[in-house]
Amino acid sequence: MSPFSGAVTHAAEAAPAVTAATGTFQLIWLLIALPLVGAAILLLAGRRTDKWGHWLGLLASTASFVVAVLLFVAMLGQSDDQRTQVQHLFNWIAVGTFDVPVDLRLDQLSMTFVLLITGVGSLIHLYSVGYMSHDRDRRRFFGYLNLFVASMLLLVLADNYLLLYVGWEGVGLASYLLIGFWFFKDSAAVASKKAFVVNRVGDVGLSLAIMLMFVTFGSVSFEGVLGSASKGSQQSMTWIGLALLLAACGKSAQFPLQSWLLDAMEGPTPVSALIHAATMVTAGVYLIVRSGAIFDASLPARNAVIVVGAITLLMGAIIGCAKDDIKKALAGSTMSQIGYMILAAGLGPVGYAFAIFHLLLHGFFKADMFLGAGSVMHGMNDGVNMRRYGALRTVMKVTWITFMMGWLAILGIPPFSGFYSKDKIIEAAWSVSPVAGLVTLVGAGITAFYMTRLFAMTFHGEARWTDDVHPHESPWIMMFPIAILALLSAVAGFILNLNNAFVDWLKPVTGLEEPQLPFSSAVLPIAAIILVLIGAVLAWIPYATRAVPEVAPAGNLLTRAARADLYGDAANEAVFMRPGQYLTRWLVWFDNRVVDGVVNGTAATIGGLSGRARRLQTGFARSYALSMLGGAALVAAALVLVRL
Amino acid sequence: MNPANYIYLSAVLFSLGAFGVLVRRNAIVVFMCVELMLNASNLAFVSFARIHGNLDGQVIAFFVMVVAAAEVVVGLAIIMTIFRTRRSASVDEANLLKY
Amino acid sequence: MTNSYWLLALLVVPLVGAALVMLVPKANETLAKQLALLISLVTFGLTIAMCLEFVVAKAAEFQFAYSISWVSNYNINFALGVDGIALVLIALSTSLVPIVLLAGWHDADGARGTVRGYVALILVLEAAMVGVFAATDLFLFYVFFEAMLVPVYFLIGRYGGPRRNYAAVKFLLYSLFGGLLMLASLIGLYVVSGNLTGHGTFDFTSLAALSIDPTTQKWLFAGFFIAFAIKAPLVPFHTWLPDAAAESTPGTAVLLVGVLDKVGTFGMLRYCLELFPDASHWATPLVIVLAVIGIIYGALQAIGQTDIKRLIAYTSVSHFGFIALGVFVMTSQGQSGSALYMVNHGFSTAALFLIGGFLISRRGSRLIADFGGVQKVAPVLAGTFLVAGLSSLALPGLSSFVSEFLVLVGTFERYTWVGVVATLGIVLAALYILLMYQRTMTGPVPEAVAEKVHDLRGREVLAIAPLLVVIIALGFYPQPVLDVVNPAVDRVMHAVGSTDPAPQVAPVAEGTHK
Repeated sequence: MSPFSGAVTHAAEAAPAVTAATGTFQLIWLLIALPLVGAAILLLAGRRTDKWGHWLGLLASTASFVVAVLLFVAMLGQSDDQRTQVQHLFNWIAVGTFDVPVDLRLDQLSMTFVLLITGVGSLIHLYSVGYMSHDRDRRRFFGYLNLFVASMLLLVLADNYLLLYVGWEGVGLASYLLIGFWFFKDSAAVASKKAFVVNRVGDVGLSLAIMLMFVTFGSVSFEGVLGSASKGSQQSMTWIGLALLLAACGKSAQFPLQSWLLDAMEGPTPVSALIHAATMVTAGVYLIVRSGAIFDASLPARNAVIVVGAITLLMGAIIGCAKDDIKKALAGSTMSQIGYMILAAGLGPVGYAFAIFHLLLHGFFKADMFLGAGSVMHGMNDGVNMRRYGALRTVMKVTWITFMMGWLAILGIPPFSGFYSKDKIIEAAWSVSPVAGLVTLVGAGITAFYMTRLFAMTFHGEARWTDDVHPHESPWIMMFPIAILALLSAVAGFILNLNNAFVDWLKPVTGLEEPQLPFSSAVLPIAAIILVLIGAVLAWIPYATRAVPEVAPAGNLLTRAARADLYGDAANEAVFMRPGQYLTRWLVWFDNRVVDGVVNGTAATIGGLSGRARRLQTGFARSYALSMLGGAALVAAALVLVRL
Repeated sequence: MNPANYIYLSAVLFSLGAFGVLVRRNAIVVFMCVELMLNASNLAFVSFARIHGNLDGQVIAFFVMVVAAAEVVVGLAIIMTIFRTRRSASVDEANLLKY
Repeated sequence: MTNSYWLLALLVVPLVGAALVMLVPKANETLAKQLALLISLVTFGLTIAMCLEFVVAKAAEFQFAYSISWVSNYNINFALGVDGIALVLIALSTSLVPIVLLAGWHDADGARGTVRGYVALILVLEAAMVGVFAATDLFLFYVFFEAMLVPVYFLIGRYGGPRRNYAAVKFLLYSLFGGLLMLASLIGLYVVSGNLTGHGTFDFTSLAALSIDPTTQKWLFAGFFIAFAIKAPLVPFHTWLPDAAAESTPGTAVLLVGVLDKVGTFGMLRYCLELFPDASHWATPLVIVLAVIGIIYGALQAIGQTDIKRLIAYTSVSHFGFIALGVFVMTSQGQSGSALYMVNHGFSTAALFLIGGFLISRRGSRLIADFGGVQKVAPVLAGTFLVAGLSSLALPGLSSFVSEFLVLVGTFERYTWVGVVATLGIVLAALYILLMYQRTMTGPVPEAVAEKVHDLRGREVLAIAPLLVVIIALGFYPQPVLDVVNPAVDRVMHAVGSTDPAPQVAPVAEGTHK
């Protein structure tokens, strides 16, 4: 029935009890309100706030982080079954049995996200103060960033799917605004629109999922849906699961809705780091993990998730290998890494916690590398072509070292962060299906290849700069956040994995199962490390030790396909855009000529007939008199006839 | 005398008038023919009043006379004006009011 | 029953105001505009006061009833009264009029008609709009239904764009055709009521209580429905709308699309469903097909348009598809969603038309291709346009989302696949709004745009700001409107004998298993 042999397993734990928020937990709403107020002030007050707007934006985000830490400490003080806190704010929509309140839910899963979003978010705010200092619209940028943080927090804090939807599209909007931040460039405007529209296709999935939930369970709250998921019919659960998967594909740039992410690199680099690497694009993973109970009830839905994750994992990695644009290479890598997370989320309780673990660590090291890339671009007159980089380790020491931390982390070299999460995902994947396991292993090798290629082309080999470029290190305000993220990339995995601390923390929400392997569990890490080393060496030799041509060679079929994003755009264009354009053009013609034509034609016919008829008005009084007489005679005749 | 004969006379007069309206071009003559038709109908009304033994027809005959008088005033005034501008009293030449 | 004078006041104040405006000397245009604005504000103030008096718990009943005998021979009464749905629509009408007057301060300058005539016509239209929503006597409803045409005809025909005559006549003929069919049905209904009860009546409540023979219902339903379908407009009766909206001034377009067309969907909900429940069920499949075609077709048309105003008009065709769909799926979510949608669509379309109008009057062209990069030279204008557009594409957090989602949920409950197809409309909505935004507001700035387009001025911001505030406020807190609408919808649901389908799995709270 499916290529994957894993058995459907249900989360071992019953859903945790829900506690109405009291004490410190009544501050939950502040998390969202602070950045929202920041965004409102910055966007409404306009140029008046230009001078200090960026500091306000930073303050709003940091304040939210402080609240998050307070809540985290408070949560640590609670026992496991007291950690799911729900704050009721007000009633939002109530019609008949469709009753949706605005409730916020803070549990271990959302707490993790809140800390990631506000923490990394604040660091990137700080970085942007420096990165955007020459942009006259810096205030607007911070307004959008605050809006993003608020929406993303709403997404992860919502206690029902409809409220989650608000955050879901809110982050889409913020992403749209930020990709198109330099709207005067056509490419940016087109990319932003594309991102929104492709995301909307995913949103159809979320809409349908919510409607299906309401029809099936009469509720759209997490408790109402997930609590009775096991009672729903297998068919309903499969449809809901597939609809949720579609939503996740849109937001997380998974196959077949992956095409927008590479174009999204048109946005300023901090945006790519925060939204298109660390947080927003991982919302799909959150959605699937949060809805675990539904996927637990449907094996087909789960398998679909695994297939999508596996395909994207490989696609992203292959695309990443061929790109010369540093940001696009990183974007390909993001796709691929999220593919890992989605795949892990599709594995069920063996994978949920590790999907989130990888998501968190990926947030650190990918943000680190994106910000590092921004720092490189800052020093290279905003050039993104890696064939024009090289040997930057000599002039950008700090950037080089911090980037190296991220590089080692994504490669999964112990004890750097990526090792702990990726290794567990590989293990879990093998336990469910050898095919999925193999894909994750091969993916690790390809990852090592393209990341090493990127790292070597940028920082090692010979200098291939154009003459007008004078690389220099970025100011401290940019390097400080990078340094922190580099530190986290280096040690966070190790620390959080001590005593399984992170996984145990998440366990009450996501459930946990030990993967059962047919062979010793030591085999996989060793195989992975060997593959990674092979991949890294294969990339290091040509790109660090030999001369890199300044114009990309033609390459083989696969390289050319990878450069063209594996023809994702071409396919969209051929299947949707062109026919769509013809269709709308034809429909406009149809509306004007046929639908309106019938109306105007009727009018013209009547007009023509009356034009003929009015010829009867000759102007001769005597002929009128004759027709009157004739008419009178007719009437008289009719009267006589009727009388008879 | 049989009152129906008055009706026949009225019909003959009316037909004569109608015929005149249709074939004559001189506006004055057409006008006279119209008067003839009006009076033919008056005759018919009065006869019917006599036949049915009530006064309704006679009352209407008076109405018709009043209307006819008013019509003569307006009609002659129009004919005079047209004649002044066109030097002709032919109804066929005043044919601008068409289409 | 004692008469309440609230609704009468809402009718009389704008009418007397229109007369007063006509007394202002022709040359003193500013005074006429100021006076009209003042009167519309007074009317709006009265509406607010009336809304505060409204008893939400009894929103299914007709409140503020006023009735005097009008044509006693035919038992026609001048009867007014509002339930929850009518109340919110009246509030929509009277709140939009001052905004329209303020935003369109210079719309009538230099037109063929006088400025005082323009504002007086708008006030007359306001009275007619209040009347059509407030009438509880079907004959009176018909009178207002047709009376609305008169001011609109002159507003388009005398103050519109280059093809105003064509547009005005087309609008008038379409509406009269529909009105005629409705008149026939109306008379038929009177006769039927006479046959059934012994004395004919036009009173809505009495008529709704009749049980009419199903075949007769179908004929009578058809007359009403076609009139409302033209008014709303549903595809294929929609082609008058783009012409009328594109040729009229932005203010007229707002009142036309934002309020006038709502009479169509309001009529379906109030009159078609409640008077002819059997025929409504009989026609449901057809109407749903038309509505879904309208959603997709209108959206595709909008994508293909080259003219900003026509584009906005076609988005409305798509939205009216949603509203009609919600009315006829016969679920409380669908119908409450539709009622809310009527309000939300009024505000978001008003914002789109008005801001689009500002843009067009600056540049002197309606063609999308003549614009570009406006965000650079007029950021506030672009920003407000984006918010209005996002509301039109039903972004969660803005008002239209709530209503659109309710309609979709209501549809999905009963007709799964219809719901799926209608949901695809949200992708198309993103396309038509964002394509237009991209082409007009972003990219390099053409010379003509840089020269002519300047940012919003104080008066314009003052007119637009309330709209945007309402759009956001109703997005996050629509419950007050829903509370008012829900009881009236329940009444309709009861009249058509429909109940919401139950979920497949019994809710946990009740502790029962499937």
